[in-house]
Amino acid sequence: MVQHLNRWLRHVPVWAVWLLGLVPLGLLVWDALQGHLGVDPVRDIEHRLGRTAIYFLLATLTVTPLLRLTRLNLMRFRQALGLICFAYVACHLVAWVVFDMAFLWAQMLKDVVKRPYLVFGMLAFAMLLALALTSNRFSIRRMGAGWRKLHRLVYPAAILAGVHWLWALKVWESWPLTILGTILLLLFLRLLRKWGWSGVFGVVRRAG
Amino acid sequence: ALGLGGAPSAFSTDEAVNSLEDITHYNNFYEFGTGKSDPAQYSGSLKTSPWSVTIDGMVDRPGNYGVEDLAPESALEERIYRLRCVEAWSMVIPWLGVPLAGALDKAGVQPGAKFVAFRTLHDPEQMPGQRSRILDWPYREGLRLDEAMHPLTILATGLYGRVLPNQNGAPIRLVVPWKYGFKSIKSVVGITLTDTQPQCSWQMMQPGEYGFYANVNPQVDHPRWSQATERRIGKGLFGGRQDTLMFNGYGDQVAGLYAGMDLAKHY
Repeated sequence: MVQHLNRWLRHVPVWAVWLLGLVPLGLLVWDALQGHLGVDPVRDIEHRLGRTAIYFLLATLTVTPLLRLTRLNLMRFRQALGLICFAYVACHLVAWVVFDMAFLWAQMLKDVVKRPYLVFGMLAFAMLLALALTSNRFSIRRMGAGWRKLHRLVYPAAILAGVHWLWALKVWESWPLTILGTILLLLFLRLLRKWGWSGVFGVVRRAG
Repeated sequence: ALGLGGAPSAFSTDEAVNSLEDITHYNNFYEFGTGKSDPAQYSGSLKTSPWSVTIDGMVDRPGNYGVEDLAPESALEERIYRLRCVEAWSMVIPWLGVPLAGALDKAGVQPGAKFVAFRTLHDPEQMPGQRSRILDWPYREGLRLDEAMHPLTILATGLYGRVLPNQNGAPIRLVVPWKYGFKSIKSVVGITLTDTQPQCSWQMMQPGEYGFYANVNPQVDHPRWSQATERRIGKGLFGGRQDTLMFNGYGDQVAGLYAGMDLAKHY
């Protein structure tokens, strides 16, 4: 079954993933043009972009565990998923600067260094920027082992992004808590393997 | 909806009023969910009639008061107030209501009373948001007696010339325009006069972030975000931000209440 799926996946072009990545943006633009965003479109645009970014980040993080646990191979699409995630992060940031803060640079600068949720968000952005800039064949070849090390930053970036979401809210809401929990679970799976307990998951070694 | 009218008031602002759609579809009323449109979607289950408000504590005539007793239609005034949310957005809302002072006088406030405590209905059947313990239900708020007796403080039973929609705190709610919106407690069922400072829901949950006073103050930030500026709802994508005014622009009327107080300490 999985082998069948993997064979089929080999024929799926990577641009199809990019196309898929454009769907949430397309829906957002459509909703904005149709006036479906409700009373406060600024908030909706900003938050939807941020949520979409974190969903693609989760998708990126799921690729390796999926391969190890189910042997479903989505490796070819991981780079695109990561870059789509970053594109949404960038849009989320632009929406904050342009629509929410209306270019009030002085207040933005003051807030970014002072407000924990903005500090976390900006740190995550900086990390993901570094990953996006080095997500190409040239960097992979040039950086060698350093590339793998650098790209482990995706885990702290994901945790910071999850905390950034939670910390901006007035009460503990279940959905962002679930997302952060999932991120931590994925990191835990990763650490399990690092600590050599991979035997727990029978297939792990053979698939990896 | 039932039509209501009110006499114009000198306390009203002449700023552009938000649309009824804005006012009724962008609400923080966690009793019906944490999303801004949740109250509009889920507050239909709230039964606002019959309704009574228990007034007790240090009053001469404790008891249950009907909405019509506290805010008779003939006494309604239209108060067009700015509303500044602690989340740094704002609106302008044409309320219909009566000064809280007059309603409290009906119960006869005793000389020793110093504070007024308010309580929202607690009924998870009618308020599905109360099934999750995001706040310690029922929602509670409080004012110092002089704040409660201030002519700007009203009990509202309507807005935009109609009976208060459920999502806005029907059938009767508090409006204190110089304080952050969360002080203006909705769907009130209990008012208690007391000589000790009452517990308030947000303060109970996060005392470092939400104080008893919660006066709008651009110089005292929420620990997690700035209160210097605000976004006026309804201005579209490029509406930008405007400066937040001390006491939400009602300083001339209320600053005297806080003379000599360190407002950074008593936030």
